[in-house]
Order: sequence, then C-alpha cells, then structure tokens
Amino acid sequence: MSRHLLTCPHCDALHRRPALRRGEKASCRRCGTVLLRQHRLTPEQVLALVVTALLVYVIANSFPIVNLQVQGLTNSTTLFGAVFALWDEGRQLMAVLVFATTQLFPLLDLAGMLALLLAVTRSGPRPSWFSPLLRFIQSLRPWGMTEVFMLGVVVSLVKLSGMAHILPGVALWAFAALTVLMAVILSFHPRQLWDEPRHD
Amino acid sequence: MTEIPSTATQAGWMGCEYCGHLSPLGPATTCPRCGGTVERRKPASLSRTWALLLAAVILYIPANVLPIMRTSSLFGSSDDTILSGVVYFWHSGSPGLATLIFSVSILVPVFKMGILAVLALTVRFGWPLDRRQCVMLFHIIEFVGRWSMLDVFVVALMVGLVRFKSLAEIEAGPGAIAFGAVVALTMLATHSFDPRLIWDTPRRAHG
Repeated sequence: MSRHLLTCPHCDALHRRPALRRGEKASCRRCGTVLLRQHRLTPEQVLALVVTALLVYVIANSFPIVNLQVQGLTNSTTLFGAVFALWDEGRQLMAVLVFATTQLFPLLDLAGMLALLLAVTRSGPRPSWFSPLLRFIQSLRPWGMTEVFMLGVVVSLVKLSGMAHILPGVALWAFAALTVLMAVILSFHPRQLWDEPRHD
Repeated sequence: MTEIPSTATQAGWMGCEYCGHLSPLGPATTCPRCGGTVERRKPASLSRTWALLLAAVILYIPANVLPIMRTSSLFGSSDDTILSGVVYFWHSGSPGLATLIFSVSILVPVFKMGILAVLALTVRFGWPLDRRQCVMLFHIIEFVGRWSMLDVFVVALMVGLVRFKSLAEIEAGPGAIAFGAVVALTMLATHSFDPRLIWDTPRRAHG
C-alpha cells in the first residue's frame, strides 16, 4: 500500500505516486514543491557527462586561472594556489571553506555520481555501498559551489583589469565549461536514483 | 496528479527524507529501504533554527564592519569592507557589478535571515500568513543562499593573484571569514527548519 503513496517533504500532504516519463515532474498540489522528477537525460547520458566533467575538473584545477602582469612582473595562480596563499597568511579557516566548497565537494559529488550511475546502469543487485553513498551525495549537494566560484572569477577579473594586464589561463575556460557541465549534472536529482532502473 | 485529501501524519505514515519511503508513524527509526533516519518532523527544528540564525545575525556585524581584504602597495595600504567594494565598482564604471555584489552580499543575507525569522515566528505564534507563499519563500531562500559566498571567493582569488612582494600585495581580512561563516550558518539554519511545521500549526483567526 505505502509503495503507491508519496508524501510532500515541505507540507506533509499525501499523494498517489504518479508514473512519470522522462522530462516530467510532479508537484505538490497543496504547496507547489516538486515531489518527483524524471530527468530528460537517461542515467547513461548523465554518466557520459560526469566522465567529461571529471576530465574538465582535472584541467581546471591543474592550470593557472589567470596570469597577471604589473610593470614587467608576472604572477599567476591555480585555484589551489589561492587556497594555499590564504592558508599561508594565517587564514586557515577561510582556506578550508574555499577548498571544501570549490574543490573537495564538487569532486566528491562527481566521483559519487560516477559510482552511483555505474551501479544503476548495470544489472544485478545493488552493491552494499549504494544506499549510504546516495544519502551522502544528497546531503552534500548544496555545499558544492562551482557556479558561484565562476562568478567570483569574473568579478575578480573585472576588479583587476583596472590595475593590471590580464591574460586568461587555460583553467579559466575549463572552469567555464565545468560550470555548464555541472549545471546539467546537478539538475539530475540524485533522489531519482532510488527508483532506477526504470523499465521503459 | 491525484490528491488524497489528507496528510501523511493523518494517514499514519512518515516519509523518509532521502528516498521518500513511507514508514508507520512512530518514534525516529531507520528507513528499511535506504538506511537513513526517518522522523515525523526534523528534530528540535525551531530551537536549532533559532540558534543558528542568532549566531549568523551576530556574525553579520563583524562581517560588514571589519575589512574583508587589505591592499598594500608602494603608496601605502587600504582596507576594503564589503560595502566599500560595492562603492568601488559603482564609481569605477561598473554599476552592473556593483548592483550584483550589493544584492548577493548585502540584500540576500538580510532577506534570508529576515524570512527565516518570519517563518519561525509564524510557526511559534500561528500568524495567519498564506502557507503556500511561506513554502515559496522557503524555496527562494534555499536557492539564493549559496550565492552570498561570492565575495569570499573574490577575496580568495585576489589574495592568490596579487602577490608582487614589495610592489603590491593583498591579504584577506577578518571580515571575510566572518562573512563566510554567516553564509554557512544561514544555510544550516535553513536546512534545520522544517516547513511542515507551518502546516501543523493551528492558525489564529484574523484580527
């Protein structure tokens, strides 16, 4: 009986569980919260995007974001270089906050999604780590901030363009690509994976 | 979709926060489907929300008063607060960016803390606000909160980039971490708040 029911996490209203097709979503009648979502893309397609995003992630974090030239002097930084500079000057807490939200959590999210999507696209019983990992990824989601960081890069460049000559680095384009990829991947709600595989 | 005219509580169920599986109403238990904790409502929701919110409000003062970064150059050093950063962009010909930073760094945190306080008070005193709109406001503050981290990332990048020994250097100020803490605390406060409480509270009649 309870398998056919669905409750709204924001107002507790009880609904009959609808059968959704890809690209459809179901909203709560009482408060409007989205209850269920079937992403337009299949898990296999999202898996391909996750693999791409992991590669782009490596590029974005290995190369300088931007080169700065002031009166013949040049300086450049990777994202980790900025984190290290904060740590070095005694702002450890801030270094940890920036490292976690821009590097660690997005990486864990991508790596976790890779493992979960591989598990759902294979037949056979779910591995024992599936449920704990899926719950972990669901809790982690709000704390990865790649897109906010990308906006931060743009603001910094505008700010610095007044006082120095700026040469964009490889990682700048990689971060832009990563932001787009992450936007698509994050629109795939991990909650949907509880109901995979679908038979349609 | 078809609605059954009752709530999960009335029907004797409680739903899992992670996977949605329904368990019989009772004390907190482990979800048989996913292993997460199932509770009728988030535990101590209001007191946790108030505690985190209060901490955020207190830290919001040093976040705005203390400098978020210090620029040292041959011509001396200058401190920047969040507001002076906004003023800088406004005067240097980027009113668009000034508006953006003002919105995410000043308007959004104030709006977010204010809305959360109103929602918590609505639950406490049964204010006759439209419940559907309350949930909509909750969705908005859930969505916009993270964008306030913008200034923290800008400071981090400036510190990493502007390191020219004696010529020019930028250091992070104590305001930056206070501001980062405000963003994290308001996100945690929003997460602790259980919007179902808005629907649970019997409402006082108008007037």
